[in-house]
Amino acid sequence: MKSLAELEAIRKATLSRINLRTEGDNGTRVVIGMATCGIAAGARPVMHAFMDEIAKRQLSDVTVSQTGCIGMCRLEPMVDVIVPGKEKVTYVHVKPEMVPRIVAEHIVNGRPVDEYTIGAAE
Amino acid sequence: MDIYRAHVLVCGGTGCSSSGSAKLIDRFNDKLAENHLEKEVKVIRTGCFGLCEAGPVVIVYPDGTFYSHVKPENVDEIVSEHLLKGRKVEHLVYTDHATHEQNAEKKLDDITFYKYQHRIALRNCGVIDPENIDEYLAMDGYKALEKALTQMTREQVIDEILKSGLRGRGGGGFPTGLKWKFTYQSQADQKFVACNADEGDPGAFMDRSILEGDPHAIIEAMAIAGYAIGASQGYIYVRAEYPIAVKRLSIAIDQAREYGLLGKNIFETGFDFDLNIRLGAGAFVCGEETALMHSIEGKRGEPTARPPFPAVKGLFEKPTMLNNVETYANVAQIILHGADWFAAMGTEKSKGTKVFALGGKINNTGLVEIPMGTPLRTIIYDIGGGCPNGKKFKAVQTGGPSGGCLPESLLDTPVDYDNLIAAGSMMGSGGMIVMDEDNCMVDIARFYLDFIVDESCGKCAPCRIGTKRMLEILNRIVEGKGEEGDIEKLENLAETIKSTALCGLGQTAPNPVLSTIKFFRSEYEAHIREKRCPAHHCKSLLQYKIDPEKCRGCTACARACPADAITGTVKQPHVIDTAKCLKCGTCMEKCRFGAISRE
Repeated sequence: MKSLAELEAIRKATLSRINLRTEGDNGTRVVIGMATCGIAAGARPVMHAFMDEIAKRQLSDVTVSQTGCIGMCRLEPMVDVIVPGKEKVTYVHVKPEMVPRIVAEHIVNGRPVDEYTIGAAE
Repeated sequence: MDIYRAHVLVCGGTGCSSSGSAKLIDRFNDKLAENHLEKEVKVIRTGCFGLCEAGPVVIVYPDGTFYSHVKPENVDEIVSEHLLKGRKVEHLVYTDHATHEQNAEKKLDDITFYKYQHRIALRNCGVIDPENIDEYLAMDGYKALEKALTQMTREQVIDEILKSGLRGRGGGGFPTGLKWKFTYQSQADQKFVACNADEGDPGAFMDRSILEGDPHAIIEAMAIAGYAIGASQGYIYVRAEYPIAVKRLSIAIDQAREYGLLGKNIFETGFDFDLNIRLGAGAFVCGEETALMHSIEGKRGEPTARPPFPAVKGLFEKPTMLNNVETYANVAQIILHGADWFAAMGTEKSKGTKVFALGGKINNTGLVEIPMGTPLRTIIYDIGGGCPNGKKFKAVQTGGPSGGCLPESLLDTPVDYDNLIAAGSMMGSGGMIVMDEDNCMVDIARFYLDFIVDESCGKCAPCRIGTKRMLEILNRIVEGKGEEGDIEKLENLAETIKSTALCGLGQTAPNPVLSTIKFFRSEYEAHIREKRCPAHHCKSLLQYKIDPEKCRGCTACARACPADAITGTVKQPHVIDTAKCLKCGTCMEKCRFGAISRE
């Protein structure tokens, strides 16, 4: 037997798990470069780190997806964070240990981590 | 709780299952494991997406890529290209029937097939995993039950359903709220709620898809109904021919019990309610409410006269409220969003939406849900994509064996209960079968009557004997032995059966004959007077002929004829022996000179 509060908790947790099927265009998107160059540079652990962090914080409106090579292979792993209504922010040379900060500061609090972005690297 | 970056939704409805979707799921899981993606990508079997024509259907989220006609060997490509490298497999992406564009974008609503639809009863079909109660909960599942039990009185629940204008989706169109009210008002120590899932109309599969795709919606609605009328026990009467629906319903009931959403003292409000499944053995008459209840009791599935109505004396002699699957599928949404929200959709006397199973000579065979009042033309041409192979539309059959056939001239009729009856057919449970110029309307009427004669329970004479006599006359007509006066005889019998049969099955059985006589009388007359079938369908009335002027004596037809009915010497005109001819049409296909004609 589940209490009303327990049911509500299941609703919230499950929604964060299945929202990528239902949410329209209003959620935040994390797009990871996963072409051969990205994967060789270590994109897969980065993606896992994003997924873990999103699960840990139960962020129900964030989706993680992958894309191909955009040509700047030397800057891989590259990650785009697209918050609706804001300009796209591109992070470069992303390592798994950088992910918690990107999620906390950028995705949750809305302040891009300037020192990791492509602008700082150039 | 695991987060996955991508979800692969594979349709597990009966349509896609029979074209091999279970194999796809296994292959996906194998290939994902091979590429070490099993922790990143989740494969989910859902209910019916509706676009059965394009099956097996696979959707990949978050991109929302809609793949159609997916074969097991395509799975390797989707995994290695799309899921591993993020590149869509273009040649498998669904091509829109109206715009001829491939829709690789996020929104299903952009596809023409879905654009005109509004999904309430089917809202979760093809979206959630029907075997996982948590996913139903995430889509606001069981919130309506919570609202009804904790914030509303029983009278308020009934009032909300009454005000919404919801009418019975099984075909009758009786106001659902009134049914609830009458059963509520009956005094008894025990009452029951029941769900009619004995979907029997040829070509109809709305209820099956709801049970397969969203079984918890029915459980939640039946619990709400139990609370409203004061019942602690419910029965779902479902056909044994729906094994996937039965399995998912059983899983859903177990899960609901485990979560305390069925059983004793639900939400600690003191309300008890439990559900049981009863399997029907496929008798069409058991969809009739009194026959259905006798069958649940373990008696012979035969109807009895009403009154007393089930609301007064139903299952086990106790007041019983019986609703159809699709009716229940609307209930939780009405409680959650309010009667006004529901009543804002549809026409003056028919509110909300209706699910139709599109079949027959139509491009997009499948399941559609449209707001009441949508014209037939929109359903058949815009959603359904019209008749295949450029054939001309002739008629649309609604309401199954109780309904009628409507011709081209009535295609602008807005679909609702009253308009369809006024047009000479009926809403029925939602089967919609499209016929083109190759269909003979006399033969269509004969088909439905043949079905009725098979399924009549035999209890009352008008149905048992009357429909049989009608079928004999129709058989005679399609065999070219029709006589002057046959049409009048059919009409006379039909009126008698309509007014004297015991139950709905018999009372509506003559409808397909009456509506085809009304709209296609000339086809009947051609069969009877000229011994000719205008659609070239009735074999007894066909004759194949070789034009001696055009025949070159190439012998292609004679070699292809399975009955050796064609004779002639090489380079001389051939002749068909009509006594031997099977009228299979093979010779006509083989002739390269257009020398063979049929009439």
